[in-house]
Amino acid sequence: MTTLETTKPTEKKRDRYSAGVMEYRKMGYWEPDYEPKDTDVIALFRVTPQDGVDPIEASAAVAGESSTATWTVVWTDRLTAHDKYRAKCYRVDPVPNTPGSYFAYIAYDLDLFENGSIANLSASIIGNVFGFKPLKALRLEDMRLPVAYVKTFDGPATGIVVERERLDKFGRPLLGATVKPKLGLSGRNYGRVVYEALKGGLDFTKDDENINSQPFMHWRDRFLYCMEAVNKAQASTGEIKGTYLNVTAGTMEEMYERAEFAKQLGSTIVMIDLIIGYTAIQSMAKWARRNDMILHLHRAGHSTYTRQKSHGVSFRVITKWMRLAGVDHIHAGTVVGKLEGDPHTTKGYYDLCREDFVPQNLAHGIFFDQDWASTRKLMPVASGGIHAGQMHQLIDLLGEDVVLQFGGGTIGHPMGIQAGAIANRVALEAMILARNEGRDIVNEGPEILKAASKHCLPLKQALDTWKDVTFNYSSTDTPDFVPQVTAAE
Amino acid sequence: MDAVMDDVKTTGSGEAVDLAAEFDESGLAEVFDELDRDLVGLAPVKQRLREIAALLLVDRARARFGLNAVSPTLHMSFTGNPGTGKTTVALRMAEILHRLGYVRKGHLVTVTRDDLVGQYIGHTAPKTKEILKRAMGGVLFIDEAYYLYRPENERDYGQEAIEILLQVMENQRDDLVVILAGYADRMERFFMANPGFRSRVAHHIDFPDYSQGELFAIGERILAGMNYKLAPDAGEAFTRYIELRAVQPHFANGRSVRNALDRARLRQANRLFAAGKPVTAEDLVTIEAGDILASRVFAGGIDSYPPLKA
Amino acid sequence: MRLTQGAFSFLPDLTDEQIAKQIQYCIDKGWAVNIEFTDDPHPRNTYWEMWGMPMFDVKDAAGILFELNECRKAHAGHNYIRVSAFDSTHTWESLRLSFITDRPAEEPGFSLERQEVDGRAIRYTTRSYAAQRPEGARY
Repeated sequence: MTTLETTKPTEKKRDRYSAGVMEYRKMGYWEPDYEPKDTDVIALFRVTPQDGVDPIEASAAVAGESSTATWTVVWTDRLTAHDKYRAKCYRVDPVPNTPGSYFAYIAYDLDLFENGSIANLSASIIGNVFGFKPLKALRLEDMRLPVAYVKTFDGPATGIVVERERLDKFGRPLLGATVKPKLGLSGRNYGRVVYEALKGGLDFTKDDENINSQPFMHWRDRFLYCMEAVNKAQASTGEIKGTYLNVTAGTMEEMYERAEFAKQLGSTIVMIDLIIGYTAIQSMAKWARRNDMILHLHRAGHSTYTRQKSHGVSFRVITKWMRLAGVDHIHAGTVVGKLEGDPHTTKGYYDLCREDFVPQNLAHGIFFDQDWASTRKLMPVASGGIHAGQMHQLIDLLGEDVVLQFGGGTIGHPMGIQAGAIANRVALEAMILARNEGRDIVNEGPEILKAASKHCLPLKQALDTWKDVTFNYSSTDTPDFVPQVTAAE
Repeated sequence: MDAVMDDVKTTGSGEAVDLAAEFDESGLAEVFDELDRDLVGLAPVKQRLREIAALLLVDRARARFGLNAVSPTLHMSFTGNPGTGKTTVALRMAEILHRLGYVRKGHLVTVTRDDLVGQYIGHTAPKTKEILKRAMGGVLFIDEAYYLYRPENERDYGQEAIEILLQVMENQRDDLVVILAGYADRMERFFMANPGFRSRVAHHIDFPDYSQGELFAIGERILAGMNYKLAPDAGEAFTRYIELRAVQPHFANGRSVRNALDRARLRQANRLFAAGKPVTAEDLVTIEAGDILASRVFAGGIDSYPPLKA
Repeated sequence: MRLTQGAFSFLPDLTDEQIAKQIQYCIDKGWAVNIEFTDDPHPRNTYWEMWGMPMFDVKDAAGILFELNECRKAHAGHNYIRVSAFDSTHTWESLRLSFITDRPAEEPGFSLERQEVDGRAIRYTTRSYAAQRPEGARY
């Protein structure tokens, strides 16, 4: 990697604060010799300047606009410890194989941020700067969150370990399904799907992101029928079951009311959507922590800003923010399913959710070592276009601390929902058993599934039904440090 | 063992097993080389080890032709005086059994009575079982096994340990090999009193005392391993030391040699320090005759630490 | 009814050979293996009776199977028996695997009691049919 310019422009006090417009790089936002402190927040931006704009000046401008600067020199800077508050761009590298784009490393002093507030962190880092005219496009690729800042957040209300202890489920991925069709079912019919899926063998069912309180189903009806289904399935299997009751609503007051009702009915888990906003998410996380509730987050809306490489915010940043904010579940991709997901990039998200220390790994899109300092682990959820026949690939790619959501793959089973659930559970248990026995599940997977289907007709039917379904498209969001775009297999 | 039995189905009657190739593949040659390198003398013991390995190789071959119905009994007794290499050989034996597939893990768990027998009622069974569980997949080496049996005390808890041991030795021959070790005469009395053990032990190996020449060679190896050497007259002194020490009570073969050399190193260090002049590398590696001759053995005393009471 | 707690309840009952492989997997990961039994299969019955202490220093699955067989001699037929594995790694420090190895011949299952309370809300209670008899006389 080449650094474009190593000499630091000389700064003269008199020049710096004379009125008028000055280049950002000359105002102290470009400091190539700066060594980030352990307590600094570091952001990595992908900067695409307008034609003719110097990449270093553009990057310094990003540092300026995301911290103290405004378009002109202000004398009031001199009333502050401005050297400390100025964000410092200290390194600019060209993006491999992408002419015109640059990775800019920018360090922010910890005092620029309020304790325990994603709203404040994001208002600084992505607040104004994305609309800055001298840039064609700007993307926040990654952030290094210092332990000093991480420790100001509670982190997940429950976390993977406690969730497993509460549910009494160990050693295998959890199984879920989203109730389909997403819209139109009455509360009574909706609960039927929940009961069938849970009794069949799933651990969880889930409301979809846009199931709230519509004309066809009032939220209270949904909660009452769903909890009848959960309790009945629990009694018929002797196993703890749950359904993510979506409490997303128009106001915080209404969300609290729905969450309280879910608690009163004995639900173990409630659900929110990403679109409710960071502050609402943090409020719900605090509520979940106070009420022993698992908090599921659906990442509704994220693709509007995460999917394109040139502009927006990478999902790995959203993942980090959500682990700080304190949700327990987050949809993090399937690799093999119907939604966007490069295997390496997805591996990066899963590591950020589940590991206590995530080392730098450029091929996985991880630009910095990230120390979570014992923050609880966030359970990733794989959802969208997956089925029992992919079980070996899913376990190999995603590991065992994950919720596998088979919506269509359960409800679409030709012999009914219970059969679909049984097929998924048998496939899962057979694959974990084989993996633990030391078998090579990636290569022997289809054989293992076939053997398991000998004592399980629903699995045999599932394998026959979906044997050819794959979603094999190349990803739009891949790390630039991998030589080729990796297509999901 | 399962792997062995499974092969029965796949080996046709016309096939032949190449024992030499099997031997090479097992990596046993390496183990025997190591044994020769690490242990001076002990020719009869090494010979017995080779015989047992050959027997097991043939057993394995027989099993492939479906000629063996049950897994062989592999429990052993090692008899001999202290310091004759029983524990070292047991370690190698565990490795041999592992390489041949007769134990799954090949680790050695060494215990004495105190590890197996409890202090109060209800204490012994869990203690013995704990040790057995740890040893499973490997070899359990019970040193001075006869202490388990104390006929003079009819309420001794040792009997409980013996019963559990016998049961596991009989029922879980695939999971565990037990080696009972100790003085030959006491072992013989132990087997007389406990015929259950005798019938379950398939291989008896006797460890002879080392000759004085072998003891000298052991001493040289120990020193070389620590980067020391004997000055020529120190060699003579050490030969005389061995002659004298070997006929004294509490002589423990290799162990006594090691202890004597540890003390000689201590004296050498004191000598170099007291001399108060710069030392060369040669000084630092050399044991002088005086370092040996200062031993009490030469004055008619017994060289032992802690000192024996008269 | 078949109790579906544990990692492998949807598969045919595991053979001892299969159990040994799972145990060996746990041992090789450095986890301590524990044997527990109960005649109260309620899903919230967290604390089954321990058959001795978790086994920390066993190298081979045969050592655990030895205890499992001892436990079976005393309790099989009228109890559920499960094997679980503890991982003491920092930030985990909990179970990593848990599965049922033995179950009673007859599993009568659970009743679901509904108490109608305010509005249309219902309070649910799950009761094991077997646990309505005293401990030790349930299966």
